[in-house]
Amino acid sequence: MKRRTFLLGTAGAAGALMVGWSILPPRQRLMTAQTLPVREGQVALNGWVKIAADDSVTVVMSKSEMGQGIYTGLAMLLAEELDADWARVRIEQSPIDGIYNNLAAVVDGLPFHPDDDSAITRLVGWITKKTVREIGIMVTGGSSSIKDLWLPMREAGASARAMLIGAAAEQWKVPPGECRAETGRVLHASGKSASFGELAALAGRQPLPGGVSLKEPARFKLVGQSVRRIEARSKLDGTAQFGMDVLLPGMLYASVSMCPTLGGKVARFESAAAAKLPGVKKVLAIDAYNGGSGGVAVIADTPFHAMRALEKVSVEWDHGAAAGVSSAAVYRRLTQTLDKESGHAYYSHGDADAALKSAAKTLSAEYSAPYLAHAAMEPMNCTAQFKDGMATVWAGVQSPTLARNHAAKVLGIATEKVDVREQLLGGGFGRRWEVDVVSQAAAIAREAGGVPVQTFWSREQDMAHDYYRPACVSRFKAGLDAAGNLIAWHNSAAGQAIVLSSLKRNFGLPGAGPDKTTDEGAFDQPYEWPNARIGYEIVDLPVPVGFWRSVGHSHHAFFKESFIDEAAAAAGRDPVEFRAALLVRHPRQLRVLKRAAELSGWGMPLAPGDDGATRARGVALHQSFGSVVAQVAEVSVGADKSIRVHRVVCVVDCGMPVNPNLIRQQMESAIVFGLSAALYQEIEIKNGQVQQSNYHDFQVLRMDACPVIETDIIPSSEHPEGVGEPGTPPIAPAVANALYALTGQRLRALPLKLA
Amino acid sequence: MLMLKINGKEVKVDAEPDTPLLWVLRGELHMNGTKFGCGMALCGTCTVHLDGEPVRSCVTPISEIGARNITTIEGLQGSEAEALKTAWTELDVVQCGYCQSGQLMSASALLKKTPNPSDADIDAAMSGNICRCGTYPRIRAAIHQAAGKKGA
Repeated sequence: MKRRTFLLGTAGAAGALMVGWSILPPRQRLMTAQTLPVREGQVALNGWVKIAADDSVTVVMSKSEMGQGIYTGLAMLLAEELDADWARVRIEQSPIDGIYNNLAAVVDGLPFHPDDDSAITRLVGWITKKTVREIGIMVTGGSSSIKDLWLPMREAGASARAMLIGAAAEQWKVPPGECRAETGRVLHASGKSASFGELAALAGRQPLPGGVSLKEPARFKLVGQSVRRIEARSKLDGTAQFGMDVLLPGMLYASVSMCPTLGGKVARFESAAAAKLPGVKKVLAIDAYNGGSGGVAVIADTPFHAMRALEKVSVEWDHGAAAGVSSAAVYRRLTQTLDKESGHAYYSHGDADAALKSAAKTLSAEYSAPYLAHAAMEPMNCTAQFKDGMATVWAGVQSPTLARNHAAKVLGIATEKVDVREQLLGGGFGRRWEVDVVSQAAAIAREAGGVPVQTFWSREQDMAHDYYRPACVSRFKAGLDAAGNLIAWHNSAAGQAIVLSSLKRNFGLPGAGPDKTTDEGAFDQPYEWPNARIGYEIVDLPVPVGFWRSVGHSHHAFFKESFIDEAAAAAGRDPVEFRAALLVRHPRQLRVLKRAAELSGWGMPLAPGDDGATRARGVALHQSFGSVVAQVAEVSVGADKSIRVHRVVCVVDCGMPVNPNLIRQQMESAIVFGLSAALYQEIEIKNGQVQQSNYHDFQVLRMDACPVIETDIIPSSEHPEGVGEPGTPPIAPAVANALYALTGQRLRALPLKLA
Repeated sequence: MLMLKINGKEVKVDAEPDTPLLWVLRGELHMNGTKFGCGMALCGTCTVHLDGEPVRSCVTPISEIGARNITTIEGLQGSEAEALKTAWTELDVVQCGYCQSGQLMSASALLKKTPNPSDADIDAAMSGNICRCGTYPRIRAAIHQAAGKKGA
């Protein structure tokens, strides 16, 4: 097929969005380089959908299912335009191909303010998209899946529908224009009708349509509906297969113990005692991969034999560069940095310094947040086989491309020699973007004589060898005029840089330049500060840091939304009204804030709970991943000073809601995730070693502490935006602000602890 | 060699007597519906029933089980289990799903003992089961719904 660019996106005569590609553009996202594999009676109509004689519609899934419901959300987009029968829709994980590369996540990672629509911003975005199509990777993250595939999956569905209609028209010898598709069938005005399955073979021989029209939202049947999760049933009877559940004939298991000091490795080890134990096949040292730590592994016939024998391996560690690092020293280093530096200015408007000098009243504060582990329920694991120069990797990963590349690198083979079989993820939250365990598994499989080996970590290893949400210190100064209006905002923060460190360990690229994730949540917010300077100073530390649900937003939202509350209090103004005054030109954000105030009963008296304890409300508003979320938390304090969160009202504007039920699920999920961090979690480091080991000292919110959560979704016809992460950032400040209202204590460090 | 009664069947197990039940289920019998989460009875994802009582299989050596009936997610049946699975489906409880075997085992044991549980009963029975995706509000609602349907 000759490939030449032809792309047009415009409202067509019928009011539908016309997308044309009379000849496939070189950077199209419809057809894979290799035709998709099919089973008997099945036809691939493009890179996204296969239809079989039994009427099953198999949607090819390029994103990882880690709980966010993306299998359902993306299948809905394709099924909508295909006019498929939803009951016949199945999911199959895609191979690795350029059309599945994630464009949206990378463009979202550019360090521009969302209100900035300048020519340069658009140009850089366009060039980035172009580049990613060619050399990008498949990745599920950054709350980007729906926005990344909103058009490609609908176009694929529409294109397949056109081919099915074409097949029916050819068979019936009628013009295609007289046929239409409905619920898995093609119908003709004459009453003729055929199922997709009956037409599949002939449809596969139709030419690729030169252009298709996409439905107007008013005609959507699935999109916008609370369609139930497509994979739910398998998760109720134990049949869902996560990475750790992979079963292969003759497979072995490897348990791993890494150097307790971050970045350390094995100096020497003694394996004689372990080697004698039942089922043990091999004891070996493993290198430090992907910026992680080296260690020892025991390969055995069962997981328990491997774990038990591992305890008998004695190791002398080479503790490496991180041995001197402690949480206290990190905090000192960050504050000392801020004593000297204001950081790279990610946002600057007016003259913040001059405005502070002229202010009638000023206030300042320092906030901090600790390192955090992901602690996904399924500990890290990867199964790998290396035989005859070819490797197969079975794992639940957020980027199969990265997994493939690193398995290939470790084994010294071409990437084409690695087949990645994506499994369900027992939680991702950013941890499963990293492929340290894939590299390890590949290295271990190399020593196993062609047999598949599952490398799995204990909870303790998982906790002590994460890529942590970075610790951060953030300082604020604000100025108010005589009327109590905010006229100056100065914010400097310091900490490590996630993207830069990830680029280095995962792509071998030099980590330099601005890193949006360092200051996102601080600089990219809608508030109309008349004078502002918002900066971040990157500090290099030998602690591995990574993407943790909502990334930079996770701590900057706490800092910013707490300090704006401080400013409101200093001005003697209501926190909702004070924020609203800074959103005059942001109707979308203002609407979300006002709706949250309305639904929560903001300003109305709040009755004590059943226990008689006084309650108070706190509010926070935050924008992340293209979506705007406001939350109002109701809290009380126990006699033991424990913080109790009773009710959270959550309002979200995420553009057009594709599946309201999944959006509500993600808001609930993100709130609980954020509450665990706000109330309990802290990774402490002493002598380079993580002090927390399991769920007793790195606590997760449990049923008895879970608030009632009420989510309201703002109707919208705008492009869909992120949903998986935006619910997390506002919850910590909403709770902290409620605690201030209740107790007068302003808590400026996470996790929240009352004096 | 030990005999265990799992989901109504006698099963011969060739594992050391101090092997935790979890690792016999997963590693020896390849019944992977029961999950490994923490290894210390902190997260509940490995929950199974011994004679209807919820236990954490990661800290239960097979030598301590004796003649008791082991029920795993693969064998979870009965009116409580069916009502719970229906409610779980109707309320779309699951997200990543990794903890849900354990959640259902704990919830079904609760309903068997307390057919109409209060919120406090649910807190007491379910707080040993962690869900990192935060499905707690829906689990609570689903247990109430299942209890209501069963009673109706």
